[in-house]
Amino acid sequence: MSREATSIRKERISDRSVLAGTYFMNGDHACCEGALAAGCRFFAGYPITPATEVGERMSRRLPELGGIYIQMEDEIASMAAILGASWGGMKSMTSTSGPGFSLMMENIGLGICTETPCVVCNVQRAGPSTGLPTLVAQGDMMQARWGSHGHYEVIALAPSSPQEMFDLTVRAFNLSEQYRIPVLIMADEVVGHMNERVVIPRKEEIAVVERRKPKVPPRDYLPFHPDPDGVAPMANCGDGYRVHITGLTHDERGYPGMDDKTQAQMVNRLIQKIVRNRDKIIRTENVYLDDAEVVVVAYGISARSSRQAVRDARERGIKAGLVKLETVWPFPERLIKDVAARVRALIMPEINAGQMVLELERSSGGACPVRLISHFGGSIIHPATILSAIEDAVKGKR
Amino acid sequence: MKKKRIDKSLPPHPMEELIRSERLPHIWCAGCGIGTVFGSVMAAIQKSGYDLDKTAIVSGIGCTARMAGYIRLDSFHTTHGRALPFATGLKLANPELKVLVVSGDGDLLAIGGNHFIHAARRNIDITVICVNNLNYGMTGGQLAPSTPFGAKTTTSVTGCPEEPFNFCYLASACGAVYVARWTSLHIRRMANSITEAMQKRGFGFVEILTPCPTSFGRRNKIGTALDTLRFYHERCVIRNDIDPKEAPIDFASNIVVGKFVDRARPTFMDNYQLSCRNQIGDWPDFEGTADPENQAV
Repeated sequence: MSREATSIRKERISDRSVLAGTYFMNGDHACCEGALAAGCRFFAGYPITPATEVGERMSRRLPELGGIYIQMEDEIASMAAILGASWGGMKSMTSTSGPGFSLMMENIGLGICTETPCVVCNVQRAGPSTGLPTLVAQGDMMQARWGSHGHYEVIALAPSSPQEMFDLTVRAFNLSEQYRIPVLIMADEVVGHMNERVVIPRKEEIAVVERRKPKVPPRDYLPFHPDPDGVAPMANCGDGYRVHITGLTHDERGYPGMDDKTQAQMVNRLIQKIVRNRDKIIRTENVYLDDAEVVVVAYGISARSSRQAVRDARERGIKAGLVKLETVWPFPERLIKDVAARVRALIMPEINAGQMVLELERSSGGACPVRLISHFGGSIIHPATILSAIEDAVKGKR
Repeated sequence: MKKKRIDKSLPPHPMEELIRSERLPHIWCAGCGIGTVFGSVMAAIQKSGYDLDKTAIVSGIGCTARMAGYIRLDSFHTTHGRALPFATGLKLANPELKVLVVSGDGDLLAIGGNHFIHAARRNIDITVICVNNLNYGMTGGQLAPSTPFGAKTTTSVTGCPEEPFNFCYLASACGAVYVARWTSLHIRRMANSITEAMQKRGFGFVEILTPCPTSFGRRNKIGTALDTLRFYHERCVIRNDIDPKEAPIDFASNIVVGKFVDRARPTFMDNYQLSCRNQIGDWPDFEGTADPENQAV
């Protein structure tokens, strides 16, 4: 093949990274397309319902983009492989569900400690254990926050539609590259398997963030010396910087330091790089919030039910509002504190026995009653259930 | 002042380019064989002629895994047992890299056993060096999948009730293209084998038996590290090219060492490219340029 023909072919290949257009697509596939649009070129995973479709589409799409799909022997290996691939210079991700998410926890901690950008999509199903493999739940929200040992901060996003599976996956990659952290997409079975309209914008309309590279020569490079925003530039393996990366507590050189001072410096920095930038990270969608007397705070598929319930309440003349969490971790404490001070009640529907509601209660600081609508999983929360809770709250019933 | 002048008159350490000397002293016990292996690994890397900026070392957790912290390369000290999947991701994401994995017997073949068989099966193009000291050294000497039947460890005070693995046989059965076993007494042979394994395309495996005088040696009345090396000297029989199935580690008779397997098999990347080429026609150039044979002169 002539050189010219090759370059034309390569051009065609690169054009296939963003399949701009309007589709009827399920959430898992939209997640895959979002990842590819954000520049993901490495996927390691293990089949698990209801996340398998992400990997299946990746296995077809990555080869044509010059990327790597590898099906690993388990989720532990999958998580380790995407960390390795990220250091190798490829944006990488994996997808899984509850049991696999549990297996990934140790290496998610390694990713946090070594500040490795990557994305983990958890399409949640009902647990504990094997639970309801094919049915929805939102039971891993606290595991996302605290599942790996030690103290750290995470970024977790919660899509509530196939369109958001696309949009938030792009954002997850951008946040991971910006803040050098594994970003968790906390989807659920319904969002993953639901087919809906998904609009994929043109390539030039999608903002893509790349990791910051060191500007100093290797001699002067400190791999964990942060810029003013708390994030350190990252040299990929093979760039000539010859960095040492370890899951041990380490100093700015990346060398182990077995003492309380190094521990305090490292952990504090891992926490502060997220806490100090939380206003840039946290996003919520606020609906009818200005005059609301009762506010529903919801995420994922439960936010879809809530939107309907709030709309129905408004039609009945009830001043209801919605805070839809796009970012679940870090939690929007300040917004909730502000809202709690001026409403009669906060309501949180979630498909678990009460997880994010604990954070809601803490953030509201007792300024108003906080009501949980709990559902144990297997189906979604009906808007009528939320509507009746809104009506009760207006009447002052507990 | 005087000391400084003396330092200046000394020639630089032959491995200076590869050692993070600011990290010394190291953590290994007196008499431990890992330092010897570390020296051979560095010698092999130097001899192999690969670009040091494109050479990476990955380890898990354990005494041997600490090698990654002392070598001046891109080096990754990951989680217990997970060096191989991490290295798999690293190598596939950047095939230009030459990737080595250094691991102890427990790290590689107990907690990491599943990853080991699959990395060998896939024929990932990496070189795996396993330091086998017959027990878990870092945690104080517990039984490992390499501990000989009847040997005493802190978790088998009356004698290990389990039969050990023959690592070389396992590697060979899983599809490794290069398999060798030496002891830390065989410094040059070990270094040569590591170089050969690095130059091989595919999954290369080199097992090194080493003394662990602090834990294993002490509990099993083997004596000093020097006594262990003397034991190796007396009992080791070199038998190249035999089926590693016929080469179990048997301390009661002879210890069979040698280069057992040296064969060719398509790597993961070879097969991946082939299947993808069939699917999409043209394929971006993935050929590893870190391979001296492929490097432009």
